Amino acid sequence: MAAPKILIEDLAKKFGDNLVLDGVNLAIEPGESLAIIGQSGSGKSVTLKCILGLLRPDRGSIRIDGEEIVGARPGDMARLRARFGMLFQGSALFDSLPVWRNVTFGLTQGRSRDGARMRRIAEENLERVGLERQILNLRPSELSGGMQKRVALARAIAPKPEIIFFDEPTTGLDPIRADVINDLIVSLTEDVGVTALTITHDMASARKIAHRVAMLYEGRIIWRGPRDRLYDSGNPYVDQFVQGRAEGPIR
Amino acid sequence: MSGAGFVGAVIAFFASIGRMLLGILAAIGRVTLFTLRTITRALAPPYYPGAFFRQVAEIGWFSLPVVGLTAIFTGAALAQQTFTAGSRFNAQSTVPAIVVLGIVRELGPVLVGLMVAGRVSSAMAAELGTMRVTEQLDAMTTLRTDPYRYLIAPRLFASLLSLPVLVFVANAIGIFGGYMISVYKLGFNASGYLAVTRNFLQAQDFMMALVKAAVFGFFIALMGCYHGFRTAGGAAGVGRATTNAVVSSFVLILLSNLVITVIAFG
Repeated sequence: MAAPKILIEDLAKKFGDNLVLDGVNLAIEPGESLAIIGQSGSGKSVTLKCILGLLRPDRGSIRIDGEEIVGARPGDMARLRARFGMLFQGSALFDSLPVWRNVTFGLTQGRSRDGARMRRIAEENLERVGLERQILNLRPSELSGGMQKRVALARAIAPKPEIIFFDEPTTGLDPIRADVINDLIVSLTEDVGVTALTITHDMASARKIAHRVAMLYEGRIIWRGPRDRLYDSGNPYVDQFVQGRAEGPIR
Repeated sequence: MSGAGFVGAVIAFFASIGRMLLGILAAIGRVTLFTLRTITRALAPPYYPGAFFRQVAEIGWFSLPVVGLTAIFTGAALAQQTFTAGSRFNAQSTVPAIVVLGIVRELGPVLVGLMVAGRVSSAMAAELGTMRVTEQLDAMTTLRTDPYRYLIAPRLFASLLSLPVLVFVANAIGIFGGYMISVYKLGFNASGYLAVTRNFLQAQDFMMALVKAAVFGFFIALMGCYHGFRTAGGAAGVGRATTNAVVSSFVLILLSNLVITVIAFG
């Protein structure tokens, strides 16, 4: 059996007195798509930021293809990040740059070079997320929220990463556009073989894009299983969450 | 008040002073680390000359109108004040000397520093603060671009180099403002005024102005970037960062001006 692409062991992170992660354990296989669900503030984004090296965990280990990233040197971390793509919840597009430079930022690292080729790459990636070349020269502030999200997705996939992290990929999109994004994530994992880790509150999206689903509650993974078991998990916390009930063990 | 209560109040008083001192020391440590990190990373590639020249235009070129207006009005007002005060003891002839020394040594660098701090430091803190709260800085890091190299270093070095040029221009305009009001309102002889100005202006004054300007430029960008980079707490946090950047820039400009002046003339 192949080693996990991402292996998280006993991950803990505290902000002041607030213990956000309290021993998270998770393994994601190569080419697998895993969705993490959980309440707002349950530590889903913190988990992602620890994997991306944006936050340093207080305890635990994160391995990418067996290589430890907790405490990795900046040069090693930069090399690992070349294999990552990330879609931020609020898009996080650079306001000062036009769309085409946003999309190709991961390839140019902000330098103005090879403009014609970069515009072509931007155009191809925008097309993959259902956007047209007319927006290439627009600034992010001139786009709707949904378009910004898709530009951010184009930016995440443009460097052809092996692992992509999605933080609420369908939030702010209409149901049709959300499904376009879901299809794209499915195609990335099924056809290209990308490993995907998604944080979402959108149960329809989780069921469509993920092979497996894990639920984070009070800093721990309390359930994990195949997507088909999501509505039949036998876990009262998962049942309450996926059915959106106010009554139940989650307060 | 009981004895124990009095002792407790005294301890609480000294504890609050201790906390404040520790807070100041911690802030100095954070700023120092931020500065060292920026400088060490800026020395290694990749370099961003495009970002540097954009910042030179933003800090230097676009500050020229406000700097020019400040300098000409201040030079003219200084000449009028000196003339009025000097007339009380027959010292009107000191106007050109006081204008040139006052502008070059003090008013030029300090006023340019304060004006640019108000314009640039606040803008840097607001821009970087917004980038922080909207996760743009995190996004930049995940896209393998170091924000210290791409955002901070160009601003720091552009400000460090632009301020001396701005102060040089402001000094010339300030002296011109004093000349205009002296010649066309106060009745000074034009060639005599310029001759006194040339005689009193020494290379040492000029150098001190440029050194002050470079130091002020460094502090302006450092405070703008530092407070912007550390922003937390959404729109309110951006507002706080902007205010803190301007206030701390002003304090550092005035403090370093005093230190440089005392070292040069003390």
